[in-house]
Amino acid sequence: MYDAIVIGGGHNGLACAAYLAKAGRKVLVLERRHVLGGAAVTEELYPGFKYSTCSYVVSLLRPQIIRELNLAKHGLTILPLECSFTPHLEGPGLVRWPESAKTRDEIARYSKRDADVYPEFGRAMLNLARWVKPIIDMPAPDPTSFMPQHLSAMAKLAQRFRSLSPEALSQMTKMMTLSAVDFLDEWFESPILKAPMAVSGIIGTFLGVRSPGTAYVLLHHYMGEIDGAFRAWGLSKGGTGEISLAIARAAEQLGADIRVNAPVAKILMKNGSAQGVVLENGDELKAKIVISGCDPALTFNGFVGRDHLDSEFLSHLDRYRLRGSSGKVNLALDALPEFTCRPGRGLHMKGDIAIAPSIDYLERAYDDAKYGEFSKRPYMNVVIPSLTDPSVAPPGKHVMSIFVQYAPYHLKGGADQWPQQRDAFGDTVIKTLAEYCPDLESKILHRHVLTPWDLEKEYGLTEGNIFHGELSLEQLFFFRPAPGWARYRTPIDRLWMCGSGAHPGGGVMAAPGRLAALRILKEGAV
Amino acid sequence: MPKPTPFHARIQPLCESYDWSIWAGQYAVRAFDVCHEREYNAFRQATGVIDVSPLFKYDIRGPDAAQYLSWITVRDLSTLKVGRSTYLCWTDEQGKVIDDGTCSRIAEGHYRLTAAAPMHHWFTDNARGYTVTIEDVSERYAALAIQGPTSRDVLRSISRDIDVDGMRFFGVQEGMLAGIPAVVTRTGYTGDLGYELWVEQHHALTVWDALFESGDRFGIHPAGLNALDVCRIEAGFLMMGVDYTGAFDALIESQKSTPDELGLGWMVKLERSPFIGQSALRYERKSGPSVSTVGLEIDWVALEELYGRHGLPAALPATAWRDSVPLYKSSRQVGRATSGSWSPILKKNLALARVDSRHSKLGTCLDIEVTVEWARATVPARVVKTPFYDPPQKKAVDSNV
Ligand SMILES: Cc1cc2nc3c(=O)[nH]c(=O)nc-3n(C[C@H](O)[C@H](O)[C@H](O)COP(=O)(O)OP(=O)(O)OC[C@H]3O[C@@H](n4cnc5c(N)ncnc54)[C@H](O)[C@@H]3O)c2cc1C
Repeated sequence: MYDAIVIGGGHNGLACAAYLAKAGRKVLVLERRHVLGGAAVTEELYPGFKYSTCSYVVSLLRPQIIRELNLAKHGLTILPLECSFTPHLEGPGLVRWPESAKTRDEIARYSKRDADVYPEFGRAMLNLARWVKPIIDMPAPDPTSFMPQHLSAMAKLAQRFRSLSPEALSQMTKMMTLSAVDFLDEWFESPILKAPMAVSGIIGTFLGVRSPGTAYVLLHHYMGEIDGAFRAWGLSKGGTGEISLAIARAAEQLGADIRVNAPVAKILMKNGSAQGVVLENGDELKAKIVISGCDPALTFNGFVGRDHLDSEFLSHLDRYRLRGSSGKVNLALDALPEFTCRPGRGLHMKGDIAIAPSIDYLERAYDDAKYGEFSKRPYMNVVIPSLTDPSVAPPGKHVMSIFVQYAPYHLKGGADQWPQQRDAFGDTVIKTLAEYCPDLESKILHRHVLTPWDLEKEYGLTEGNIFHGELSLEQLFFFRPAPGWARYRTPIDRLWMCGSGAHPGGGVMAAPGRLAALRILKEGAV
Repeated sequence: MPKPTPFHARIQPLCESYDWSIWAGQYAVRAFDVCHEREYNAFRQATGVIDVSPLFKYDIRGPDAAQYLSWITVRDLSTLKVGRSTYLCWTDEQGKVIDDGTCSRIAEGHYRLTAAAPMHHWFTDNARGYTVTIEDVSERYAALAIQGPTSRDVLRSISRDIDVDGMRFFGVQEGMLAGIPAVVTRTGYTGDLGYELWVEQHHALTVWDALFESGDRFGIHPAGLNALDVCRIEAGFLMMGVDYTGAFDALIESQKSTPDELGLGWMVKLERSPFIGQSALRYERKSGPSVSTVGLEIDWVALEELYGRHGLPAALPATAWRDSVPLYKSSRQVGRATSGSWSPILKKNLALARVDSRHSKLGTCLDIEVTVEWARATVPARVVKTPFYDPPQKKAVDSNV
């Protein structure tokens, strides 16, 4: 019999299994699909081209996980992205470089004042990010508990809060309440600079850049850390799936068993307690504890069943916001396209490319979504990983990854309209991008379109939410996934959570998986 | 005045940082850009190209070449086959290491030896009685190291008659590169898949141009010494003048090292034909070296805590460091770390060190000195195996690895 069964071979489920196996526990991971990784996956959907089908850039993967699980030995490498490029239909666009002097020249084209303020803003954000960062490295304390360890953790948090300067404290408060645009308005004047900065506030949420609360998510952008230094984004060599596979190799070497093509139908319940799982083929597998790496809705509505849960928990569960808002288009390209505003294949092509020419553009994209349509001119985040990592495409050819927002899960006619709308959505994305690089269409060898409906059906993400639940303040920290249940335990005895729906949330950081395992071990659950 | 290397005309315009160093009297780039990150990633992910022309090179020819080389170096070279290369060091009569380098057997009776420091006098002084010619070809040959996981593809793209896929780790071949006669060795200083190309200096630019033209598809990128330094530490390679002092440069006896002390004992076979330093090394072997060279992993959490006490985030130097720092065991100094670097690929803070052999066992926990805000403190550092980073493609013959 296993000590623990982990449902879902996403990178968090795998990380949780690796840490449990490292502590000598017998663990089994069950993955529904034929490949591991969940939303952190590499798939060769067209011969020779490796798509990072879903997640495409990394920033938050915890360095201690790379160290503790020796992930480099298991094949993991993170390559930094060069810059952030915002192309425009007129003028040269804007590139923000790692070198501050170069960025200064770029911004000064639009505002001399903003060029001066930009580094100051970066420092202020770093200060705040440093304050928040330890929180994502520890389990969320329960503020309603009087257990000594919770009290001391809360006290530590409070102490950190007090150690902020009054200036930083005021920034922090604003950050927690304002919209991304309002927050940025306090710093900058140029809309050309503000637009690409504001978008990090809306990624994966069903909110617009002018919706209150989106400022906080901006901070996440500054928490990305490569090499212990706070820095922007990177790519995983071989595609995002290599992160999951490296963790899986580590887990297997530590003794964990991993099975693919093993969909779980239900959690085996007895007297309100989890006993194991039932697979879709009817096999029953027992374990001392069950850990779900799937999102809260799938876990409780799907695997547990509502009749095992009390009404208070159910009402939290029903209010937990999943409403997906994004899609993805992956392309295999015969050659590199060219951006009209910056021709040639300079370093700017090796960055992340944001189609976010103005704040109004972004808000208009949101307007379409509010009324149940995908954006006619969406916000897009484009990366060409093959320029940085030639191993993902045949020599001379390229992969292009396009993250698209908004694509609301709930279309006007219902979510099941998506299969009929998929091609139109794909066409809109290509057409919009082609306004910036007209030769794009002629270079496309293969196109793969993912709508929120596909994310749910193929990747098990309820309502297509990329983060297992929005990263908005009221469902982070002590509240993720529900008040009182932020410490990986659930109302069901012997059932634990370890996916992005648990603290500290979504993104490829493997922190929920690691923290869940450490918690489970500390509490002596197995 | 420093001299330009044969590649200078191409390298100079690329060196936007103007960050030049002088290596054996020649211009060498520290980093092409203000930060060496791109260059490091080229070595680790694609192909980094570094001009290693300033290396000293000696061609040894003649019927006694093998015996002569077996006399002046610690390795028995009578078994080195044509088409093979080997890493080695040489010592003085007291068995103290003078320098290290590679020796390639290019053809029957034709060897090429590389060195970090000029050695012509030492090699010729010790050639008496052997029928050999020793030619200093340092200036005649330009050399480029192309290193990284795609370097095999890069090399294949500019060579017709070289069996790139059949070339094993430490293999040597003669052939044409972009129509230029060249020697190719599968060697390098990064601990990854990689090759070194040796061509007559007046052909240097032709080869450079061909490499960058066809290597573009494989992510080729010029790289400087800073990126190389991080890689060589990850690979656990020692550097003469940094991790040890060559016997000719040492001012006092205790600055010198034997091969065993440097962890190079594996290349010294004592039961063979005589070589310089043999009897001294035989004597040392009996008791074992009193000093050992080890790899250290510096505890990151402790370092973060130490900085945290000052209200600072843990900070690391932007490049590999090479000023020795003391190592302690129970507050007593037991050695020093000689160079180190943050490893971007391993996310570990690494160092190479010389320690009292009693404290050199794997897993031993030492304390390394760290200075934060001008205050001295220590953090734990554990003795670990080197190479710290050892990717499978380094030695693999199969190009799918
Ligand atoms: C389109 C898209 C783009 C994104 N871009 C980024 C990005 O660039 N950077 C970033 O940091 N994050 C990004 N994210 C978010 C990030 O990918 C996720 O937050 C993260 O991968 C979730 O990991 P997880 O292990 O918690 O869950 P998941 O990866 O969702 O893992 C859950 C696993 O459970 C499996 N499963 C489902 N049902 C069953 C069942 N019945 N039985 C067994 N197994 C089952 C699933 O197949 C899946 O493997 C993106 C997500 C999407 C969808």
